[in-house]
Amino acid sequence: MSHGPETPERYGLMAEFESPQTLLAAAHAVARAGYTKTDAFSPMPIHGLAEALGFEEHILPKVVLGGGIMGLIGGYGLEYWTQVIAFPQNIGGRPYHAWVAFIPPAYETTILLAALSCFGCLLFLCGFPRPYHPVFNVPRFSMATSDRFFLVIEADDPKFSLDGTKTFLQGLTAMEVVSVDE
Amino acid sequence: MAQQGFPEGDFRAPVPVLTPGQGYTSITDKLTSIVFTSHTPMAWFGFVAVGFTLVMGLMVSLTYVVLKGIGVWGNNIPVGWAFPIINFVWWIGIGHAGTLISAILLLFKQDWRMSISRSAEAMTIFAVICAAIFPIFHTGRPWLAIYWLLPYPNTMTIWPNFRSPLIWDVFAVSTYATVSIVFWFTGMIPDLATFRDRAGHPVMKKIYGVLSLGWRGSARHWYRYENASLLLAGLSAPLVLSVHTVVSFDFAVAILPGWHATIFPPYFVAGAVYAGFAMVLTLLIPLRKIYGLENIITMHHIENMAKVMLVTGLIVVYGYGCEAFFGWYSGSGYERFMLMNRMWKGPMAWSYWALLVCNFIVPQLMWSKRFRRRLPVVFLVCMFVNVGMWLERFVIIVTSLHRDFLPSSWQMYHPTIWDIMTFVGTIGLFLTLMFLFVRVMPMIAIFEVKTLVPESSPKATAVGDGGAH
Repeated sequence: MSHGPETPERYGLMAEFESPQTLLAAAHAVARAGYTKTDAFSPMPIHGLAEALGFEEHILPKVVLGGGIMGLIGGYGLEYWTQVIAFPQNIGGRPYHAWVAFIPPAYETTILLAALSCFGCLLFLCGFPRPYHPVFNVPRFSMATSDRFFLVIEADDPKFSLDGTKTFLQGLTAMEVVSVDE
Repeated sequence: MAQQGFPEGDFRAPVPVLTPGQGYTSITDKLTSIVFTSHTPMAWFGFVAVGFTLVMGLMVSLTYVVLKGIGVWGNNIPVGWAFPIINFVWWIGIGHAGTLISAILLLFKQDWRMSISRSAEAMTIFAVICAAIFPIFHTGRPWLAIYWLLPYPNTMTIWPNFRSPLIWDVFAVSTYATVSIVFWFTGMIPDLATFRDRAGHPVMKKIYGVLSLGWRGSARHWYRYENASLLLAGLSAPLVLSVHTVVSFDFAVAILPGWHATIFPPYFVAGAVYAGFAMVLTLLIPLRKIYGLENIITMHHIENMAKVMLVTGLIVVYGYGCEAFFGWYSGSGYERFMLMNRMWKGPMAWSYWALLVCNFIVPQLMWSKRFRRRLPVVFLVCMFVNVGMWLERFVIIVTSLHRDFLPSSWQMYHPTIWDIMTFVGTIGLFLTLMFLFVRVMPMIAIFEVKTLVPESSPKATAVGDGGAH
């Protein structure tokens, strides 16, 4: 798809709010009105905001559990293989498969892989690193990391219409509604 | 803050963590201005100058140690582990407060942690770096340390011995360092985005932009982010307890009198938290003054930390009591001799009593609310604890080793100038790293502090007109 710089494609409409409460109320209203391709932005986490936009996800804890199990099996497996199969050392007649002594390193590798998979999964799910995003084209959006609250309805949303959505957003106690270019 | 049904003035009602009257804008302005300013406080230059001078000393002493071998240290037989392991355990212990504050207090929903968690986490990482220097250089040839310490497939097909607590220690400390860095960095992503949006200089904008990974505060990202923070905290909490437990195994698994005691793991963990809180206070009391953060790191924080210090200190003293009781009750002549030697007859008995003054007697001042609220007193007590916790490891390690089973192998221990220079050098490294961090990174979790503003509660009734807009 090609387009000239003078006619950038529209990503959506962005409304600006002054407080977390007005943003949360607006998010509920947007979801009630049937919009699905929406997102809200705030300088700090607001409980219930993602849920208000109809977002639900339970992948992260499962990935972390999987990482932990892999760490446990991997760590214990490394110990078993090195101490019993690859390089058995007779030290004072102690058993090669000394499972009690194998617990601390396996415990640590469990936590290590669980934590790393948590971090990796967080980045993957959020699509990070992602230096460019259309919302950054709005100059006032730089306040989304300090003291302002924003809500975006994407142009791809089936219910999106430039005038209708704009009027709808303006009715939600928004301070300002602006267009976001790709 | 929600009163949660408590009547006015009830002592159970939550205390507001921040000084009232702060809003999102004022918090962002205050906390970003620490970095984006052309007026770096003179005190900052002072601390960095001192720290960096000591780092130069560290470089000299480490170079000399590598050139000449570790014989330039005072270690001997039987005191084969002296300053290096004392300093290692001391530094690792100091790091524990950071993880405790950011992970365990997060799980306990202690809101007050938010103002101090970031700097405490940074302290953890820098303390672990300082700690790691000692065992790595104690190997004598640090460029071969990986070959000795980590299991990797090599051409000789030999592997480390996993039945030894020393290799457990390698796993515990390296996992601790990695997870702490991940936790710390994850916590900083939203604040780095704030820095990106506040930076004036385009180069700074680029650097913070890259570091913030493109964070834009999306509700979906916050949802995952909060989940991930909780999970990382849940993983860090058992990790931090395991690290000093494993460090204590280095001693407790040996049969040397003075080391071979089952009280060691809990006693070491409590000691680590104790030393760590003392170090957090040692750093934060000057920092909040230099940067005028009295509204964010309030007296409430100082008092809470002093209380944690008092409690963990008492657990440590209980550990001293247990050690003495075990020695006496064991009925073993060697154990009883060790006690007599450590406390009374030995040439190092002074260190035991100095330790009790520093770790037991002086911190009792913290029972008094009046003293807990007086910064010079708190600072002084923390200095005593810092010294006391170092002496504790000295007592455990040196006095146990220098009079072991065979009188024919007894030796006196004296540190050399290179021991002292290396140790003081790591203190300089710690100071330098800490002050560099404060200068360029978000020292306080900006987004978390914002959640402490009363109007950020979803149930707050005042819509859009709270506090300080």
